[in-house]
Amino acid sequence: MLKNLKELCLLNGISGDESSVADYIVSQISGYVENYHIDSLGNIIAFKKGKSCSGKKVLVSAHMDEVGLIATYINLDGTIKIDTVGGINSNAIIGRQVTVNGLFGVVGSQAVHNIPSSQRNKQPNIQDMYVDIGTTSKDETLKYVSLGDSINFYSKYEEFGNEYVKSKALDDRVGCCIMIDLIQSELEFDTYFSFVTQEEVGLRGSKVASYTINPDYAIVLEGTTAVDIGGSVGEKRVCTVGSGAVVSFMDRRTIYDKELYNLCFEISKENAIPCQTKTMIAGGNDSGSIQLSRRGVRTIAISVPCRYIHSSSSVMALSDAYACESLAKILIPRVNNL
Amino acid sequence: MLLDIKNTLKEVTSRVNIGNYDGSLEEYLCDILRKYSNDVYTKNGNVIANFGIRTDDKPHILLDAHIDQIGMVVTYITDEGFIKVSNVGGLDKRLLSAQEVTIHGKKNILGVICTLPPHIKGNEDEVLNIDDIFIDTGYPKERLENIVSLGDYVSFRKDFLNLVGDRVSSPSLDDRCGVVALLKVAEALHGISLDCSYTIMFSSQEEVGERGALIGAYDINPDYAIEVDVSFGLTNSENPRKCGELGKGAMIGFAPVLDRCMSKQLVQIADSCNIPYQVEIMNGETGTNADRFSVSRGGVKAVTVSIPLKYMHTPVEVIDVNDVQYTANLVVEYLKRLH
Repeated sequence: MLKNLKELCLLNGISGDESSVADYIVSQISGYVENYHIDSLGNIIAFKKGKSCSGKKVLVSAHMDEVGLIATYINLDGTIKIDTVGGINSNAIIGRQVTVNGLFGVVGSQAVHNIPSSQRNKQPNIQDMYVDIGTTSKDETLKYVSLGDSINFYSKYEEFGNEYVKSKALDDRVGCCIMIDLIQSELEFDTYFSFVTQEEVGLRGSKVASYTINPDYAIVLEGTTAVDIGGSVGEKRVCTVGSGAVVSFMDRRTIYDKELYNLCFEISKENAIPCQTKTMIAGGNDSGSIQLSRRGVRTIAISVPCRYIHSSSSVMALSDAYACESLAKILIPRVNNL
Repeated sequence: MLLDIKNTLKEVTSRVNIGNYDGSLEEYLCDILRKYSNDVYTKNGNVIANFGIRTDDKPHILLDAHIDQIGMVVTYITDEGFIKVSNVGGLDKRLLSAQEVTIHGKKNILGVICTLPPHIKGNEDEVLNIDDIFIDTGYPKERLENIVSLGDYVSFRKDFLNLVGDRVSSPSLDDRCGVVALLKVAEALHGISLDCSYTIMFSSQEEVGERGALIGAYDINPDYAIEVDVSFGLTNSENPRKCGELGKGAMIGFAPVLDRCMSKQLVQIADSCNIPYQVEIMNGETGTNADRFSVSRGGVKAVTVSIPLKYMHTPVEVIDVNDVQYTANLVVEYLKRLH
């Protein structure tokens, strides 16, 4: 289980630039699927035959893209102006190491000593930051970087603490990883899989993939926001790392299918798979676009709780990813039998 | 074989010194200094190496760079296993969210500074105070307490990066690049007879108020002192009047608290030897160890020679390694002429 997680997280693929992630996934699933194709938005759409066919079309989906930065302008001193791709707090951008076209860079800004004291307690503005790759002029930078190039966070994959993982891009390479595991295993029923693009910029890849596949049911595998951090109490924690798979009744994009929601907790109870729900209506994922595809699709999401999501250094527990995988494995045949 | 500046910077930035740590940086530096001096020792956190025979008829000059770095210290462990900290030196609070750190407990462990994600945070404008941050180690309290004790130090966890050309990035280049410049001075002056004697000091606790320099200078009791620290490198958004440019040489300090003759001599020497340099004009104290040296005992003539550094007090400080060599060259030529 999860043997591809490290490789997947270390691949760079911000929204709109997911091809190296897609190439890796194709290398892992070809031979295990009946057929696959890559559509015009870069989605991988795969069909795997099961032992039988239930007559229902079930889709399992995860997104390949991650949040990152994009080069928007080259300053005269060679530094690169940036904007975000996907939602990232500006104080999780300043002072980070990044990679651009295989080169290292850092996100710099004015030294704290030289800004007015009233500004030192304020969120920095991304307009005041730039990526420094060591070049000394605009012309020199242009040898290495073009406007529109992707800029990725540089952060190692590290296991630490109580079997926790710290990495960039856990959202949603962990979902991709679980899907690869499912594809490489033997399945009861015919199943469609989509590895989609552009989730972080508006749930866009999944919109067209679900149109193409036209499923009856969809199961989205995700990483979701856990705020069980120091100083956070009660419902503000949203969900907690180490407490199992997250199945929510509602977030900002989706009111989930009640029968599927109940089924998840039923399976959790019957099989002693830890499972929790979210205690705040927050975030959103591809379920929002898949559910509203064509005539509507009955949709549920199973998510791995992640702390510091949308930063270079997100944190999850391996046990939660195992719980999500175990839950998905049982849920897929049960949905076929509904 | 000559010390390679980039490799040596990588070695010295990989070792941590926050308010006197485990001694591995000090040992590493002593080992290098012993190639050039047989009088090398550590005292009260300062690394000290004496060169030449000190006599009353020759001036004695102190060359100093500080070995400590900014960081944090563990003050409390919560019931949930999160670590509370206080700062050691001036931190840039704007960049603490989701920053990776190393906690130097019984072993070194990874930590991530807790932050709220954008989906939850809303539009809050204020950044967290040091007192309000928590560090996530992935351990529950019981297990964490076997590894981490109150008073343990916390450093930023970042790789040493080679950027394009001659620029590098790492935490604690402030002031490890000054340390490496002085190692290059010792190397260059090895076997050369001078009309002065000198001491290289790598001083502790600069970031908390130039404390190592205070006691070190008293002990060494020099006639002159050169402080090799860093100063503000010009970035895209900085005021050019207050900054030096990377790659254009050491910034020779002029300030009311510095010895004007030393500043001018350094400029003359740089001009006559074709060593790139810049001047840094300050209107009072310098914020460096030179402020302590100049008022040590009965007074010491002191000057600053600073390496321009971008993004000061962040985990991604950037310098141009040529400036380290230019700084060393300037100090070497000054010592060759001091009598």
